[in-house]
Amino acid sequence: MSRTKGDEEEYWNSSKFKAFTFDDEDDELSQLKESKRAVNSLRDFVDDDDDDDLERVSWSGEPVGSISWTIKETTSNSGSTHEGREQKNRNSFYTQLSKPASTYSLSSFFKGRTRLGSFQSLSDALSDPPAKSYAPELGRPKGEYRDYSNDWSLSDTVQRLRKGKVCSLERFRSLQDKLQLLEEAVSMHDGNVITAVLIFLKRTLSKEILFRELEVRQVALRHLIHFLKEIGDHKLLLDLFRFLDRTEELALSHYREHLNIQDPEKRKEFLKTCIGLPFSAEDSAHIQDHYTLLERQIIIEANDRHLESAGQTEIFRKHPRKASILNMPLVTTLFYSCFYHYAEAEGTFSSPINLKKTFKIPDKQYVLTALAARAKLRAWHDVDALFTTKNWLGYTKKRAPIGFHRVVEILHKNNAPVQILQEYVNLVEDVDTKLNLATKFKCHDVVIDTYRDLKDRQQLVAYRSKVDKGSAEEEKIDAILISSQIRWKN
Amino acid sequence: MAAHLSYGRVNLNVLREAVRRELREFLDKCAGSKAIVWDEYLTGPFGLIAQYSLLKEHEVEKMFTLKGSRLPAADVKNIIFFVRPRLELMDIIAENVLSEDRRGPARDFHILFVPRRSLLCEQRLKDLGVLGSFIHREEYSLDLIPFDGDLLSMESESAFKECYLESDQTSLYHAAKGLMTLQALYGTIPQIFGKGECARQVANMMIRMKREFTGSQNSIFPVFDNLLLLDRNVDLLTPLATQLTYEGLIDEIYGIQNSYVKLPPEKFTPKKQGDGGKDLPTEAKKLQLNSAEELYAEIRDKNFNAVGSVLSKRAKVISAAFEERHNAKTVGEIKQFVSQLPHMQAARGSLANHTSIAELIKDVTTSEDFFDKLTVEQEFMSGIDTDKVNNYIEDCIAQKHPLIKVLRLVCLQSVCNSGLKPKVLDYYKREILQTYGYEHILTLYNLEKAGLLRPQTGGRNNYPTIRKTLRLWMDDVNEQNPTDISYVYSGYAPLSVRLAQLLSRPGWRSIEEVLRILPGPHFEERQPLPTGLQKKRQPGENRVTLIFFLGGVTYAEIAALRFLSQLEDGGTEYVIATTKLMNGTTWIESLMEKPI
Repeated sequence: MSRTKGDEEEYWNSSKFKAFTFDDEDDELSQLKESKRAVNSLRDFVDDDDDDDLERVSWSGEPVGSISWTIKETTSNSGSTHEGREQKNRNSFYTQLSKPASTYSLSSFFKGRTRLGSFQSLSDALSDPPAKSYAPELGRPKGEYRDYSNDWSLSDTVQRLRKGKVCSLERFRSLQDKLQLLEEAVSMHDGNVITAVLIFLKRTLSKEILFRELEVRQVALRHLIHFLKEIGDHKLLLDLFRFLDRTEELALSHYREHLNIQDPEKRKEFLKTCIGLPFSAEDSAHIQDHYTLLERQIIIEANDRHLESAGQTEIFRKHPRKASILNMPLVTTLFYSCFYHYAEAEGTFSSPINLKKTFKIPDKQYVLTALAARAKLRAWHDVDALFTTKNWLGYTKKRAPIGFHRVVEILHKNNAPVQILQEYVNLVEDVDTKLNLATKFKCHDVVIDTYRDLKDRQQLVAYRSKVDKGSAEEEKIDAILISSQIRWKN
Repeated sequence: MAAHLSYGRVNLNVLREAVRRELREFLDKCAGSKAIVWDEYLTGPFGLIAQYSLLKEHEVEKMFTLKGSRLPAADVKNIIFFVRPRLELMDIIAENVLSEDRRGPARDFHILFVPRRSLLCEQRLKDLGVLGSFIHREEYSLDLIPFDGDLLSMESESAFKECYLESDQTSLYHAAKGLMTLQALYGTIPQIFGKGECARQVANMMIRMKREFTGSQNSIFPVFDNLLLLDRNVDLLTPLATQLTYEGLIDEIYGIQNSYVKLPPEKFTPKKQGDGGKDLPTEAKKLQLNSAEELYAEIRDKNFNAVGSVLSKRAKVISAAFEERHNAKTVGEIKQFVSQLPHMQAARGSLANHTSIAELIKDVTTSEDFFDKLTVEQEFMSGIDTDKVNNYIEDCIAQKHPLIKVLRLVCLQSVCNSGLKPKVLDYYKREILQTYGYEHILTLYNLEKAGLLRPQTGGRNNYPTIRKTLRLWMDDVNEQNPTDISYVYSGYAPLSVRLAQLLSRPGWRSIEEVLRILPGPHFEERQPLPTGLQKKRQPGENRVTLIFFLGGVTYAEIAALRFLSQLEDGGTEYVIATTKLMNGTTWIESLMEKPI
């Protein structure tokens, strides 16, 4: 104990802590702002404040949220007018509520037997000087960690800790004492006390012994893990997981660290250290992909930033990048590469096909993303090519792994012209879906042709009223309606 | 005042008054003028128990939000930090204290930890060299905050994560302390029931604390007959589904915080002649929602489909009342009319507000996507197609709908299938990681650990057994005039509330088999009362049950419990307590990993 205390004293006396000085932000204006912001953020008080009379006020006719209410709210911030009213109400409120209940106070339940004794700061500790003598000087020890009595029993010690009094644990020297102390703390269920004892054990026991003993004390173990996470002692945490053979947690908690690394290069290097850690089989593949993706993004980003600033490349001139591609998800990256690097050969890192292969992106996902990107650029030829397949006889055929109804929706979202939409609506197989989409997106020709093919005269007549008067569509409908070739079903 | 807290079966104003008194006591300890520096998170919960005026009476002259560098100037004797015991806040406090100007007037520093002191935090302050600067370092046990006449919450966002992911008992300890406070104010609760691991631990802590406080016999006549402790992980399903009560939908769509909601202002512009649409408000409209508002108390727990008719009925009544003025002929009649005017105007304002809110909600609930989502949820809950990849979920991912929405649905499917087939689970995981980012591996791992998204083990799906035994799915639901709690989800009866209902009648013995399938032990404890305090129930008098949701509760569940309380032959009235008022979105959010 003495050793530690000596160190402590020395530490305090030689303390290098200085009052920080920050750039002057304390001109009048910013102070006002600060105060106002704080008061505003405490609107709840003010509201509630109003609440005191709000009940009455609102029953007397001012709905919450009315202008007068808002003004009231504002004046209550500035004070004076409000105060009188407040006072009045408060009085009636106290008379109402000074029933027996109000004589209770929480402190009287938990803070010791007598009310006077409920004074719970350190001055409460035996033989400590009274509070007043603690001049609030900066950075000076107050001797508060001095424990004048060394005779606290084990359970007394824990009780004292629990009441928030600091007392020294140093005299629990033997391993057995320390473990008993821990068990007493655990049986109390008070996380605060358990943590305090764990801090002591962590400082005074070797890692191996600490881990070994905690392995058989699960509650304490969980608190230690939580504590280590909280103080950010990742090294010890990883050691602990390794010792406990909780390998997946070990891997994940190491991996988690990358979230706190901003610099892309450093983040990439860190992710590299995650590869090969004992993740589950599926996660291993994902972690590998995460690393590869960031590696790619760094290359693409450097390259594209250069291209963009050089101003020679049309696509970047026409469509300046909105944000960097770093740390974006895979699908977003694919979209980006379909947008800026669509025609590139498979050999380049930024080509969509390369991404598709490297990350084994399923066809469906690929087509969806490419479609969205090319439609956004209004590159209808590319869209067309996306769905054109040649069979072995050399005939071309349109196929969409995502279903043409989805194609239509995406095209519409990107404001494709009616001619284009029409082409794909026609490819929808299910007649009802086709009619629905065609009607929704005003592909008149498709609707008219479909009704004709269905020989549904009634619907066609009904649709006639929906097209513009004198338009080509109307003419087309009229021509069909008088045609003698069709045997209408109704 | 908070009169609405005293309208319920149990007068929760007593609790509010006790915590207010505690606050005054602390403030008076720091003699002289004061400035409070607030941990911003605390201002919401504090707003429910104290007003600025209370602080002012105790010489609080200035208030600031806690942030780095130097404290704003304030000519006060005391600076008091009101903070949660979190390490990162200690760093800020230290920064504040260290940058105090030494040559300026000496000021006294104090810290009030809410709800508990933390040795870890004090250690951090010590490491930073400022611990000695504080005269008072105390704790303010604001464990349970009264929200309404029948509702208490600890508003601890991280409680579920701590309890079920990290197995950290700290929030359970606070729950137990909160329950001890309640017993100190409302008498010992003679019977404790519970289901779940955490429930068991809280009961153990309570019993132990009671032994330690035997110094003074509690001589208060017990108000509560029973306490039911329920683990959230006993019912992981309910919060995932979209709540369909009025209050539930407001929370789902706009988020209710500390009983306030912020709404888009457009619908609330007062219509006046000659305004010409100028000065449209840009700031969100903030409304307080609780039973102090008569109309809200009537409609909040109804299925949203039943709200419209109440509002229109109410509108007719109010119009008729205003029409009365034509009939008022004599001076007496006119006087009477005028005396009612304020009440009528308040009612009209309230009606206008809720009509606007209902319109806003209707815009959402009538959208195609909302309908599709609801259809999928209801299929899952009634046991249809839970074992294969769902088209709608696939579409949501492809269209990059919000990740939390996707996770809610996937988790719902997993829970309704007692875990997903490995192939299905891997497919979803892959799609999610590729679309939303690989770092969500961490979130998926958390969800798995919490039991929300996991592979099926043993190839057995227990959900159908649970569903049938507890009658979780009701085909003939009446949304307008409900006869069963399933109205709150238009067909699905919340599992948690069904457990409470069955406990009160006919008792849990009837469902032993299901209780064994659900996680954690179920138990019963008795706390003996001295003979003088034993209650003799009058015939027809209802029991009062305090039901404590460890890990959070939704507004729809609260609505279902209120429905049970109001049943004429129900026999039980409920007071609800929880670690956090939540919905599926805030819940999943609390389980996501973010950079520190």
